[in-house]
Amino acid sequence: MSLKPTAIDARSGAPADVPKLCYVRKRRHDAPDAWTLEIEFAESVPFSYTPGQFNMLTAFGVGESAISISGPPGQGRLIHTIRDVGPVSHALTRLAPNDPVGVRGPFGVGWPMATAEGQDVVIVAGGLGLAPLRPAIYHILSRREHFGDVWLLYGARRPEDILYRSEIEEWRKKGHIDVNITVDHAGMDWPGHVGVVTGLLSHVNMDVSRTIAMLCGPEVMMRFVAASLTEKGLGVGRIFLSMERNMKCAIGHCGHCQLGPAFICRDGPVFTFERMGPLMSVKEL
Amino acid sequence: MNADKRVITDEQLQKLIDVLIGAGRRVLGPVRGDGVVVYEDIQSVNDFPVGLTDEQTPGGYRLVEAADQSYFGFSVGPHVWKKFLHPSQIELWRARREGENLIIEASGGNNETYAFIGVRACELAAISKQDRVLTGGDYVDTHYQTRRENTLLIAVNCGKAGGCCFCASMGTGPEVRGPFDLALTELSPADEHLFVVEAGSPAGQELLLEIGSRPATEHEIETAKSIVERTALTMGRSMPPDVDVPRLLADNLLHPRWQEVAERCLSCANCTLVCPTCFCTTVEDISDLAGESFARERRWDSCFTMDFSYLHGGGVRNTVASRYRQWMTHKLSTWIEQFGSSGCVGCGRCITWCPVGIDITQEVQAIAGAQTG
Amino acid sequence: MEKLEYNLCAHPFFAGLDNSFATLAVSCAQDAHFGAGEFIFHEGEAADHFYLVREGRVALQIAAPGRGPATFLTVGPGEVFGVNWLASPYRWSYDARAIAPTLAVALNAACLRQKCESDPALGYALTKRVLPVLIERLHACRVQLLDLYGARS
Repeated sequence: MSLKPTAIDARSGAPADVPKLCYVRKRRHDAPDAWTLEIEFAESVPFSYTPGQFNMLTAFGVGESAISISGPPGQGRLIHTIRDVGPVSHALTRLAPNDPVGVRGPFGVGWPMATAEGQDVVIVAGGLGLAPLRPAIYHILSRREHFGDVWLLYGARRPEDILYRSEIEEWRKKGHIDVNITVDHAGMDWPGHVGVVTGLLSHVNMDVSRTIAMLCGPEVMMRFVAASLTEKGLGVGRIFLSMERNMKCAIGHCGHCQLGPAFICRDGPVFTFERMGPLMSVKEL
Repeated sequence: MNADKRVITDEQLQKLIDVLIGAGRRVLGPVRGDGVVVYEDIQSVNDFPVGLTDEQTPGGYRLVEAADQSYFGFSVGPHVWKKFLHPSQIELWRARREGENLIIEASGGNNETYAFIGVRACELAAISKQDRVLTGGDYVDTHYQTRRENTLLIAVNCGKAGGCCFCASMGTGPEVRGPFDLALTELSPADEHLFVVEAGSPAGQELLLEIGSRPATEHEIETAKSIVERTALTMGRSMPPDVDVPRLLADNLLHPRWQEVAERCLSCANCTLVCPTCFCTTVEDISDLAGESFARERRWDSCFTMDFSYLHGGGVRNTVASRYRQWMTHKLSTWIEQFGSSGCVGCGRCITWCPVGIDITQEVQAIAGAQTG
Repeated sequence: MEKLEYNLCAHPFFAGLDNSFATLAVSCAQDAHFGAGEFIFHEGEAADHFYLVREGRVALQIAAPGRGPATFLTVGPGEVFGVNWLASPYRWSYDARAIAPTLAVALNAACLRQKCESDPALGYALTKRVLPVLIERLHACRVQLLDLYGARS
């Protein structure tokens, strides 16, 4: 009896359910409960992804978790910023350099980078939601002249929870991205904004006819931000958000991540607010 | 016009089983289990629940003596063919440490061949629906696909509608359509125990040649037709006609009926286990105590469990109402957008095997009724 | 005075306000500037001014023993603070501290209240401008209370 994968990608014939062996090469403590892993394939394999896609990471013997790819692309290594929130993510964040880790992916539909070209871009991140947006930001920086004004509005819990601090400065200075950061709670040493991320929208001088918004963060936050943006006249089809649901298989077979008719893993995780708005408004859907 | 309708005897049916086993196939069919009809390995026509029928009501199932010695005089029981095609538990891969290295190996691949005997119209429809879900998209469940390709489907037209059946109103039965190799209609066993048979594939035609058959007479063809027609007319239930069910449910996600049904629903997941189209699975990783070898197992899951929608810190669907709504709207509404057809085949199992007798057709009626009234 | 009137009328809080009302409000206004780190008012004191921020940033804080001052909101250009002026007992319920050099228009609370009392139309117009700010801040507080970015237990 020959051993075969139980699921394949019909387009490439590649296994879809068996993780590829990778090794952690670097681990960085990014926030009190978040670590960034740099991961390398044990055997070099072609791997390309688009900003907003995710991988399924396996901590061997513990389990598997969907983790967005947090770029930047084209480094030959996979970058994942992981928050320690459950048994699997806890195990993943405890992996040390040269520890094995399993990778399946990339999966899903990412940010509308092509659609956003020639447009102004409002990027709104909440908490760890900056991680899936980071590849999109690097994509924009790599083709900066193809985009109009770019704003990054970022809400974090406390100043020490702000991810990629040194990079954000670079984005601001060299990338001509108008960065505004706010935190929910701060002490005396924080010179920046305090308050919810929707409050930062007043800093955005938006031409709604040529703006694309990309949102990632807790669903409640995205709901309120999307509502504020539509109030300002931005069309629901111009607002994109990255959704989160329980993902087990990542290929639309296990049924866990359904939200109404959508399989978040297969049809998303990035959707328009036009599609998600009506579904997000129904509790426990 | 009906030149393709032929007739075989019970002896030829036995020969069919013998031929299939001789070809190395596992032959699976209905047998009398512990008070119910189940699907298991068979070797002989005598393994069928001969002379038995069933009485089904919401939350009720009883095997009783039939009036004759039919092989297939009952309607569907708690077992579903997905238990062979989409097993309740399989291993996906294993990994082991070898020195510094970790070796990961897929665990899939199986060469078993099968023949299912006694597949009903609703079950054929269900198999088609699972084909679509598991093999019709960009990703293919090869385990399922291989088993499907290695399985002969020998269908049976229902001669009796169960008390909870509603396939006629779902357009899936009782006459078998879809991907069968052979389709039988059991004629009332008298002096001779005969079956009108039709081949649905080259493999089915070959089997018929091998076991022998004779052309069906006009009378036999008419009799077979009337048997299915009678079954259609005696369906225990029906999905409310003249109701756009998918739209109705999509428009009534906040209907108070969800709360009412939740007061009865035990969230036990029986309906999802007996449903022939429910396909959801979860995975569990296991390891030895030394941390030297690992494996991932996949098993059936149900949207009625709390963990199903778990998202770091809690479930998305914490109330029974939301879980029942997920199951029913997925089955009857969102499935259509996802896979192009309803996820329900009208087999009625979810009604029969619900411990509190919740009736999916009645739930639709309740929402539709309140809508129009 | 002309410059003050401009500063007041150019502020989003007064955008579109009837000219005659603006003139009434200007009679209660004065320019104010605060250095970085300077306290503008303290919790418990009489709420004697209502501030329209033109430049800089002001932190609104509540201090707790052993925890130091916690900023719950920062207010920047185009925003207002000090709405205690409008409701009895007219006392500050938090500290306000400039965290950057700040320019503001300060409206004398007693003066403004007196104008509003004698001209209910002005009072109503101002109330309609203060209420949305309050509602938005109440909503923001609720969202902050959810501690969305925090770990769920």
